[in-house]
Amino acid sequence: MLAKRIIPCLDIRDGQVVKGINFGDIKKAGDPVELAKRYYEEGADELILLDITASYEKRKTMIDVVKKVARKIFIPFTVGGGIRNVDNIRNLLKAGVDKVSINTAAIKEPDIIREASEKFGSQCIVVAIDVKQKGLGWEVFIEGGRVATGIDAIKWARRVQDLGAGEILLTSMDKDGTKSGYDLDITQRMSETLNIPIIASGGAGSLRDISDALKYGKADAALVASLFHYRTYTINDVKKYLKKNNVEVRL
Amino acid sequence: MIEIIVIIDYGAGNLQSVKNALDSLGVQSRITQDPKEIESAERIILPGVGSFGYLMTQLREDGLERPIKEALKKGIPFLGICLGLQVLFEESEESPGVKGLCIFKGKVKCFKEGKIPQIGWNTVKPVKKGIFKEGDAYFVNSYYVTPEDKKIIAATTEYFQEFTSAVQKRNLIAVQFHPEKSGRFGINFLRRWLEC
Repeated sequence: MLAKRIIPCLDIRDGQVVKGINFGDIKKAGDPVELAKRYYEEGADELILLDITASYEKRKTMIDVVKKVARKIFIPFTVGGGIRNVDNIRNLLKAGVDKVSINTAAIKEPDIIREASEKFGSQCIVVAIDVKQKGLGWEVFIEGGRVATGIDAIKWARRVQDLGAGEILLTSMDKDGTKSGYDLDITQRMSETLNIPIIASGGAGSLRDISDALKYGKADAALVASLFHYRTYTINDVKKYLKKNNVEVRL
Repeated sequence: MIEIIVIIDYGAGNLQSVKNALDSLGVQSRITQDPKEIESAERIILPGVGSFGYLMTQLREDGLERPIKEALKKGIPFLGICLGLQVLFEESEESPGVKGLCIFKGKVKCFKEGKIPQIGWNTVKPVKKGIFKEGDAYFVNSYYVTPEDKKIIAATTEYFQEFTSAVQKRNLIAVQFHPEKSGRFGINFLRRWLEC
């Protein structure tokens, strides 16, 4: 059977990894290529590189990072952050990225999802959805969580699926950074509503949290950032725990 | 003597990752859309991204169908990846009316159950001994091949049903998974392919 995926996420600014400073034995602690390689060797199923570079000019450095990463790791990797148009996507794919993650641009111009998935295939188009609970539902936020859209998250997810998205990266802003567990409620609702894979993100604080997101949240994959950056757990710790708890993983 | 390995370019997708994987094994390869280079190749890789119809149209427009078929007739070692496996068959539910390379008899069908596409790591179970070993590989596919000649089935995988994840007939090998994205399992598979 298809295994559930564990996906470490690297935040990259101006070509350097931010967070992840506790990798004492990596010579250049901030080098995304070194860190990507390390996660690859430790058994990551995929990687996500999130470009949080503020200035537009410096984004070009991401292309160089991507080219180097693609030569060192032989698992799929996704790049997200600041993607505005189909040209950005083409350039990243050409540089060796397997998938791109689109967030703000998808809301502003939903047609980018259709156009990109028709050109490059649905399998490489991930739509990132950042949500906050609001009443009985969840609202979509954009611009790195700064701007509320008034759009219902489940409706939006259904729409992006229809437009051709291949996967959804669902981040609960309520949970992100709290280490109190993923938002199981929306993760499960979205997973049961849609027919494309859901990557759960935001809130992992323990091994149990990751297992819950996959088992009860019915996510197809779990994104893990700080638990790995700060070496609280290794990828292998997570996978062994999941296996023990009857979650199918690749060991 | 260095073997001439060509990766067939038909204007879509991430071909560089296949080349990167071969590079990591210290093996030189060339990405090409030149029919002449395919004619003189000693090993051929047909990677696959896009749709069945798109790939077949591109191969025909670029004049690559004939050199590929001739290379296969001559028994040049060949590796098809993902769509590069599917187009070896007659037709696909993905692109009705488009004729494949018809090297093998059988259709390409769409999964009926589960999330589609299948995305992620799944177990490859060898039917034939040799180049295939049991292990987890990375898949991204909505469609799977159904060979009429069961003797060519080299490996199977389960996704709500059993499907053919690899075929082999002498020097012709084709796989549904992506060896270039399947970590050590994939790299080891490529190494064995280069040695056989």
